[in-house]
Amino acid sequence: MIEGTQIYDSSLKRSKAVEELVEAYRYRHLIFQLIRRDVLTRYKRSVLGVAWTMLNPLGMMLVLTIAFSQLFGGTRAYPAYVLTGLVAWNFFSQTTLASMNQMVWGGSLLSRIYVPRTVFVLSSMGTGLVNLILSMVPLIIVLLITGNPLRITVVFLPIAFLALAAFSLGVGLLISTWAIYYSDIAEMYQIILTAWLYLTPIIYPESIVPQNLRLWLFTLNPMYHIVSLFRAPLYEGVWPDVSQTVAALGIAFLVMAAGWITFTRKSDEFAYRV
Amino acid sequence: MSDSQHIEDVVVSLNAVSVKYTVPIVRFGTFKEYIIRRLQGRVRNREFWALNNINLQIQKGEVFGIVGRNGAGKSTLLKVVSRVLRPSQGSVRVNGRVAPLLELGAAFHPELTGRENVFLNAALLGHSQKDVEEHFESIVDFSEIGDFIDAPLRTYSSGMVARLGFSVATSWDPEILILDEVLAVGDEAFQAKCHARIGEFQAMGATVLLVSHNAHTVRSICHRAAWIDHGELQAVGNPADIVEQYRKAYSE
Repeated sequence: MIEGTQIYDSSLKRSKAVEELVEAYRYRHLIFQLIRRDVLTRYKRSVLGVAWTMLNPLGMMLVLTIAFSQLFGGTRAYPAYVLTGLVAWNFFSQTTLASMNQMVWGGSLLSRIYVPRTVFVLSSMGTGLVNLILSMVPLIIVLLITGNPLRITVVFLPIAFLALAAFSLGVGLLISTWAIYYSDIAEMYQIILTAWLYLTPIIYPESIVPQNLRLWLFTLNPMYHIVSLFRAPLYEGVWPDVSQTVAALGIAFLVMAAGWITFTRKSDEFAYRV
Repeated sequence: MSDSQHIEDVVVSLNAVSVKYTVPIVRFGTFKEYIIRRLQGRVRNREFWALNNINLQIQKGEVFGIVGRNGAGKSTLLKVVSRVLRPSQGSVRVNGRVAPLLELGAAFHPELTGRENVFLNAALLGHSQKDVEEHFESIVDFSEIGDFIDAPLRTYSSGMVARLGFSVATSWDPEILILDEVLAVGDEAFQAKCHARIGEFQAMGATVLLVSHNAHTVRSICHRAAWIDHGELQAVGNPADIVEQYRKAYSE
């Protein structure tokens, strides 16, 4: 419901980051509608519909298992190992790419009517979260089939989701800001994503990474810590390391804040650009 | 002085508003090009003032027309009022809910049904699910879409899309209605209906801000008008006078 009287005063010098937060909340129904639209239209004319959200990572898992299970034979229950990592990675890559594309799509809209600029990025995260929750179904089935019973540690998952979503939101906001200015950021980001996937222990076990690379690939790689928050409670059935949890959440929130501030500082210019 | 009373009656107030577009002289669309040009020291921008020092007060309940040639800054002015563009200099104060009637149905999705699109479009205008449910019947009735409401939008004719767009945009009594030459939707009968609806809003005390090339429209429905040229306010006043001045300026 929109309040009876609204006053817009462009000279009000409230912090843009705070103002955008207030406005995004006021337009929460729009965020919900955009998520609904994305979920509904993605598979609108397909026979299996939303089932694809679950089949997609399963298919990837199958391909990777056929290709690599011999090579990484030492890994216990390889399909379960790879799928826990993939589910988290897919969220990150899909939501950040979607944020960028939505901004470019929404760009034409932004120069016609007023909506808070962050709604497109926020709704991309929401759509990703719906997909992530749906993909937990095949993940749990695969875990059970490969002999990884669900343990109490599964209650840790919301914290893992939080770290993943915050980090993705931050990265999504940052690259969307840049993509508005330079169209080849989109192309570049695709390559970066591919490289990042292979530099993170998702399809290969951590043990094959030589000692001298571990600082770069593990310690300084936020996605490594975030993926670990998924793997520990689901695949290994243990509580994640406290320092790793703190590190992952810390980096995630820092990136989110940086993204929010950068995006909102520039967002008034978007309508001039696109 | 009864100044406080006066200020409350002003619903749109532009104070020394200027809008500057920065247009690169040589266009670069990509980051690579930008870096190369930057290294060569050849990033030069041309500044273009779409609006220059505009001062304008619009009273509650007024029908205010804006005339001017293409590219004079009329649409930019509407965008500043509807919050799409933040002024580069000066300030805008808008007191009331703005219903922009620019590019109806711009956000419609072809694969969604009319019903789903109504909810999506209403949400873009800031309305909640519950809010839309209450107005849904009247939106569909007004648009004359009938049973097609549950068919995907790609099966609609362009007139049907425009009608649905207009219907959604005007279903909540707006306090400030912004019209950018959109009244050319649908057939004549529907246009008459649109005009009647705008008349209703006016009767309820809504303020209307419209851009038109049609001198007759401006003269017959506006209370006041402004003429803009090259981003500058040329004259404000009685619609008949303004239209006359505007015509004279370009007939020579």
